[in-house]
Amino acid sequence: MIRRTILLTLITAASLQAQVSYERILRAGQEPQNWLTYSGNYNGQRYSSLVQITPENVKNLELQWIFQARSLEKFEATPIMTDGIMYTVEAPNNIVALDAATGRVFWTYNYTPAQAARPCCGRVNRGLAILGDTLFMATIDARLIAVDAKSGRPLWNVAVAKPESGYAMTVAPLVVKDKVIVGTAGGEYGIRGFIAAYDAKTGKEAWRFYTIPGPGEPGHETWPASNNAWEHGGASVWVTGSYDPDLNLTYWGIGNPGPDWNGDDRGGDNLYSCSVVALDADTGKLKWHYQFSPHDEFDYDSTQVPVLVDTQWQGSQRKLMLWANRNGFFYVLDRATGQFLLGKPFVEVNWASGFDEKGRPQRIPGMTPSAQGTLILPGNQGGTNWYNPSYSPKTGLFYIPTWANYSSLYVKQPVEYQEGRNFGGGTPRPTTPTGIRTTVNNYAKEDEGYGAIRAVDPHTGQMKWQFKMTDVTDAGVLTTASNLLFSGGREGYFYALDARDGKLLWKFPVGGRVISGPMTYSLGGKQYVEVAAGNSLFVFALK
Amino acid sequence: MWAIAIRSCLFISMLAAGAAPVIAQHEYTSSEIEAGRQQYAANCTRCHGPDGDNVANADIGHGKFRRASTDEELVQLIRNGVPNTAMAGMNNISEPNAKTIVAYLRSMAATAAAVAALPTGDAARGKAVFESKGGCTNCHRIGDVGSRAGPDLSQIGAQRRSVELHRSLIEPDAEIVPANRLIKIVTRDGATITGRLLNQDSFTVQLLDAKDEKLKSFSKSNLREFAFVDKSTMPSYKDKLSTQELSDLISYLSSLKGQAQ
Repeated sequence: MIRRTILLTLITAASLQAQVSYERILRAGQEPQNWLTYSGNYNGQRYSSLVQITPENVKNLELQWIFQARSLEKFEATPIMTDGIMYTVEAPNNIVALDAATGRVFWTYNYTPAQAARPCCGRVNRGLAILGDTLFMATIDARLIAVDAKSGRPLWNVAVAKPESGYAMTVAPLVVKDKVIVGTAGGEYGIRGFIAAYDAKTGKEAWRFYTIPGPGEPGHETWPASNNAWEHGGASVWVTGSYDPDLNLTYWGIGNPGPDWNGDDRGGDNLYSCSVVALDADTGKLKWHYQFSPHDEFDYDSTQVPVLVDTQWQGSQRKLMLWANRNGFFYVLDRATGQFLLGKPFVEVNWASGFDEKGRPQRIPGMTPSAQGTLILPGNQGGTNWYNPSYSPKTGLFYIPTWANYSSLYVKQPVEYQEGRNFGGGTPRPTTPTGIRTTVNNYAKEDEGYGAIRAVDPHTGQMKWQFKMTDVTDAGVLTTASNLLFSGGREGYFYALDARDGKLLWKFPVGGRVISGPMTYSLGGKQYVEVAAGNSLFVFALK
Repeated sequence: MWAIAIRSCLFISMLAAGAAPVIAQHEYTSSEIEAGRQQYAANCTRCHGPDGDNVANADIGHGKFRRASTDEELVQLIRNGVPNTAMAGMNNISEPNAKTIVAYLRSMAATAAAVAALPTGDAARGKAVFESKGGCTNCHRIGDVGSRAGPDLSQIGAQRRSVELHRSLIEPDAEIVPANRLIKIVTRDGATITGRLLNQDSFTVQLLDAKDEKLKSFSKSNLREFAFVDKSTMPSYKDKLSTQELSDLISYLSSLKGQAQ
């Protein structure tokens, strides 16, 4: 009899509904129990409306489970969590499906990247995207792979670019409608970057937007006519974009031009490096752009998640974009038009003094890399970097993981392009003792190159409070509707702050660097908070 | 499962026509053949295929060897390779292990008879049988079509021999790969769930519910029952499909090598 029952049930199984529809992703904010995209939802705010964990009871958080990755690479992924299953990536490119309540493994998908893969800055991955029953992963050998979320079986695997030419991907893809959007890294190896969309069903390329315009395209004139610098001008994509469904625009931050520290052979603004681009999500056509750092020579990638906020701006409701840039300035843009509304430094800056009325930075003469070295603030890792900020509609504050009072000595050197080889053109030497990766920290002076969470009022750009750390931080920020803020740092703590005033409410010694953005979810009436640290993933909930 | 020892000399005269004479001097035990099957899967399938017929002029699954005939010669060939060909020497395979591969190669030819007796199959017709008359998608998945309740068959042609597919179709209970076992659990509150076992430890069990295709995890302390389902839930197609349809279906399944890594 059992057999008959099973047969019948198996037959009904074929007509199941797909797991995560586009409509669910579109309204991800309405199901805070799940975490459906890299940033939690399309607006990139990393804000959750879950309120079970509060400033009053957060001290009662206790460890629920740990998942130890079989990888010694940096653990930079933010998981997807849907309907009780957590999906994450063991660096570089293995996918793991975990029981979100216990951490036990359902399945793993193991992928071995091609030997040619040589991503700058770590063989890392920042996470997955999901649509229906399919997960999507961008790999360090520049492939896009679709995997069945129930079984872990690969469905398709397409080449996005050539790893031999220095292309790589570390980004978590973004699904919009029926397409999967990714961008290429490799700016330190002389690539010509691009963002491309692929049919989620087949992996067929639907559109491609080059982050460096070709001959005849608007913006090409910002590269020299006398050479082919544009063909190797970098302009990577390192982190996931955002999406405004009303405007049907997807926003992506673009990385630095190459060579990184020597701009002699690439005179001009070098569009669309160090910019945000607003693309039509159906066609990839450019609607507008704003360049944060024209003709960058400081490695100031605009490698940040665009944070979309609808709020009052000087008396009227506006669709805004908030952006704390690696170059040390905090920006407010109108995301329908790209209009520059505000630019204020959030850390110490000495390369620009302010902005003209169109938002072009006013450069300070002489502040460029040189043969003998020029001291620039912020230094090469930036005032912030790829790790995500957060915006809380509850407090109205924008939270930035920050490297404060931090500088580098930028030394310029000649370099020639060779396919797939480093194309840096210089050496940025830290002049403040950051980048500490040992277990001891005894040589940084107080207030010299320290990490901080800084809370900024978007209306003024003024800092409301800061939470200082001794060492710098590569941790993203999560905020919740109960006025909690979760983050970590290189020191190996995971902590909760009061989002209103930055007061430390709780901390846990995770014992490894937090190099990822925390996320939260709820299962069976219980709110969980997740963070990756060291080579493990930790999940907490109330006692 | 190979229940009997194969007398390698039995099949030589039947299957080696047109190839170098095959001279086998040994009688192999089922455990040797099983060890050889695992060695073959790990070392040989990628080039030669599960049926041993992927390489032109070297249908090693049917005893057609061009450059060796005795078991000892085959062992040396496996370990030393064939110069100027894609057949590289595999020094990492020890001599005893290479001998088990030879045992398996001998057994392959002996057991291929069941499929050899079928009429020539047509993969396109087999696909139609799979999707309609056979009702196979009710339990099996190929690519992104079909149920996940049973084993995914997207790459079955790269994993299983034709003769194994044939046997599974007509005798589903003859062999169930451990990873494909179904388990039935009954929770303390009386819910019964049957699904594919994905993972388990001393305290928990993870499965894919065959009914709603959801990934589920249970604490064993919350289960009243936890047992493997003895019999396959797959029906025998012995009397449901004609021999031609069976052959078409096997041809189709054998053609499924998977598209992605």
